[in-house]
Amino acid sequence: MSTPNKNFYDFFGLDRRLTIDHEALQKRFYELSRHWHPDRFTRKSAEEQAQALEATAVLNDGYRTLRDPVKRAEYLLTEEGFPIGEQRSKDVPPELLEEVFELNMALEELKDGEESARPQLEAAKENFAGLRAGIDRELESLFAKYDASDSESETAKQALHEIRGVLNRRRYIENLLRDVDKALHPALTASEPVEDRL
Amino acid sequence: MSTFQIDFGESRRSKIVGIDLGTTNSLIAVMELTGPEIIEDPQGRKIVPSIVSASGSGKLVAGEAARELLLTNPERTVYSVKRLMGRGVADIREELKLFPFRVAQDSEEDSESVIKLKLGERTFTPPEISAAVLRQLKDNAEAALGAPVTEAVITVPAYFNDAQRQATKDAGRLAGLDVLRLVNEPTAAALAYGLDKRKDGVIAVYDFGGGTFDISILRLHEGIFEVLATNGNTHLGGDDIDNLLLRIALEDVASEWHEDLANDSEGVQRLRRAVIQAKEELSFVPQAAIELAYKGKRYQRVIDRVLFERLIAPVVERTLEPCRACLADAKLTPEQIDEVVMVGGSTRIPLVRAAVERLFKAKPHTELNPDEVVALGAAVQAGILGGEVEDKLLLDVTPLSLGIETMGAVVSKLIHRNSTIPASATESFTTAVDGQRNVLIHVLQGERELVKDCRSLARFDLKDIQPMPAGLARIEVRFLIDANGILNVTARDARTGNQQSVDVKPSYGLTEEQVEAMIQESFDNAEEDLRERQVREARVEADNIVAATEKAQASEAWASLTPEERNAIEAAKRDLQAVYHGRDHHAITDRIEALNRATMTLAENMMNTAVRGALKGTKIE
Repeated sequence: MSTPNKNFYDFFGLDRRLTIDHEALQKRFYELSRHWHPDRFTRKSAEEQAQALEATAVLNDGYRTLRDPVKRAEYLLTEEGFPIGEQRSKDVPPELLEEVFELNMALEELKDGEESARPQLEAAKENFAGLRAGIDRELESLFAKYDASDSESETAKQALHEIRGVLNRRRYIENLLRDVDKALHPALTASEPVEDRL
Repeated sequence: MSTFQIDFGESRRSKIVGIDLGTTNSLIAVMELTGPEIIEDPQGRKIVPSIVSASGSGKLVAGEAARELLLTNPERTVYSVKRLMGRGVADIREELKLFPFRVAQDSEEDSESVIKLKLGERTFTPPEISAAVLRQLKDNAEAALGAPVTEAVITVPAYFNDAQRQATKDAGRLAGLDVLRLVNEPTAAALAYGLDKRKDGVIAVYDFGGGTFDISILRLHEGIFEVLATNGNTHLGGDDIDNLLLRIALEDVASEWHEDLANDSEGVQRLRRAVIQAKEELSFVPQAAIELAYKGKRYQRVIDRVLFERLIAPVVERTLEPCRACLADAKLTPEQIDEVVMVGGSTRIPLVRAAVERLFKAKPHTELNPDEVVALGAAVQAGILGGEVEDKLLLDVTPLSLGIETMGAVVSKLIHRNSTIPASATESFTTAVDGQRNVLIHVLQGERELVKDCRSLARFDLKDIQPMPAGLARIEVRFLIDANGILNVTARDARTGNQQSVDVKPSYGLTEEQVEAMIQESFDNAEEDLRERQVREARVEADNIVAATEKAQASEAWASLTPEERNAIEAAKRDLQAVYHGRDHHAITDRIEALNRATMTLAENMMNTAVRGALKGTKIE
């Protein structure tokens, strides 16, 4: 194998699709790890060692990105010229306005030590988790729509545009869920947002 | 005894050793054809206590010898120094209440500089002290293997941060070891257990040692050990249990003897030993006594297991929190864990085993000696690096998130915890003022959002930036965590593509210059060390030849010698034994040579007998 390509899809030898066969991805990850891991280059030259380190970093970064549907979509959006970097909108999606307001009230109450707000938060958590599951199904079908179209076509561009919007909504809900979790289980606050697998 | 040299080719090359540099005890192991083996010291002991003592001249001794000095010379002796690796004075204030560390006056309070400990007249940094333990292990291995040892795999707690890892690597360098890899202790243990024999599965490794606690969850797949998540506490271990018992014993002694032993280092050390003994007994018997005879007085207190378990329950509970967090990070439920492996001396405690069994709903593996399993795993990893083990591969993770300081003293995360390493992230920086020449980047490790709640790793100074209007410069900085879990930073000017120079100021570690200076200093003492080593190596050679001669004397070849030849051999052997304990290695090697010459005929006879035997064996049937 020659010097690795920094594009994750190329590095893994995968088509630029949004729906990915997880088993195949994992298998490829293990194969490439067996080849590139620095442990295999201890007795090699300094250049080869440096190359192995670089390649494995790309491999691991790529696996982390591609196996996660949200990160994978964000990566492909950026690659296709739809940057998502500064899109992290703080605006409440209009359809959630009322629920978010009530949720924030309950959060405040719990922070002030009113344990009676707990059941309400638990219910809200379930509600938002349900919404997220709906978004994930929506993403899944948008992924399929993109994959079925020619990547240069208008349909593909339209799909990516929609995906970007849905991802923003998802991120908003994700943050809400994290806040609720923090309030409900302060001991586990160190957790990163838990990204569900599609 | 003359022997016919056989060229072993590859296997003659000096071996990479695996080292478990523990809080309480350290071990060294090597990969043999049959599997990993712990190397014993010349007295046949596997464990080297992680205790170091400074002599009057400032020379450090480690291991068993230092353990004795802990009682007679407590002011010059230190243990559990692993707790101080990569830490600052402000970090260890709590520790100082319970451990007799004597921090040197010139270690600055509240500063992010490395700690210095006072042992007698001189001061030492934790890496220098750990290096003494490593040197002892290295010497033991060289004596046993009969070859120099220069390359090592050293294990560290999975939850060690960058500074603690770097300090461990520095210790290796100071001991004359090229540290080819730092491996996380629980992952090493998983390698040693050889659980990859089951083709696929998920295992949890619960590692409760002398001073640290780790939990790691791994997926095994056809020889690949992929760590899914890790968690832990670098300041939770058997030491904490000892301290609970010690506090009770000190209170007892104070009320019975009307004397506070707390300020009497020797008294505390003796009591600590008694407490540890009682603790260890309680793992096997329902009650044990803490006994102390000191300064003509006697103290005895019987502790039963019920009381013991009530005392330590909070400590055991503290290990379960990281376990639950680790499961959550791995996105697994306890039922999805196929096997649990127990590592570390503290897992001998029945209450610990019961708690783990309850949490994971699985009976934990305890087949391998929990004190040895990490060193054995380190040897397996050494075998992987050396190319002797080809079917296994370890994919480990970074235990803590890495980030940089941004506006408002907030940490912006670049590499999240539990990312498989090597892992990298690239970030662009620019200037805020016209003509600005430097940009300072503050790198932190931890999960919290504010700078003050995370661990400062280092400050990187991007220097010699081309002067230009504010915001125009674009410096791309690449943060790369290598396979050892250690951060490397490189920077380049995105406009020109030129490499940008970076100055590193580690927050709690030694700078490159400091390590170099310490190595230089050790060279100055090297002459004496070299003499010692030559004597030791000569003795190993003498042992070998005497053993071979004695074996030959019992064979039929011996009978075929003339009485003169036999007398000459006996005399040469006696001559060698006469100088064996001397300090002159030339005398020993000369007599070895003489014995070699005297046994020439004997060796030839033995060879002929062997050849005749071999020919008989190949008779065609």
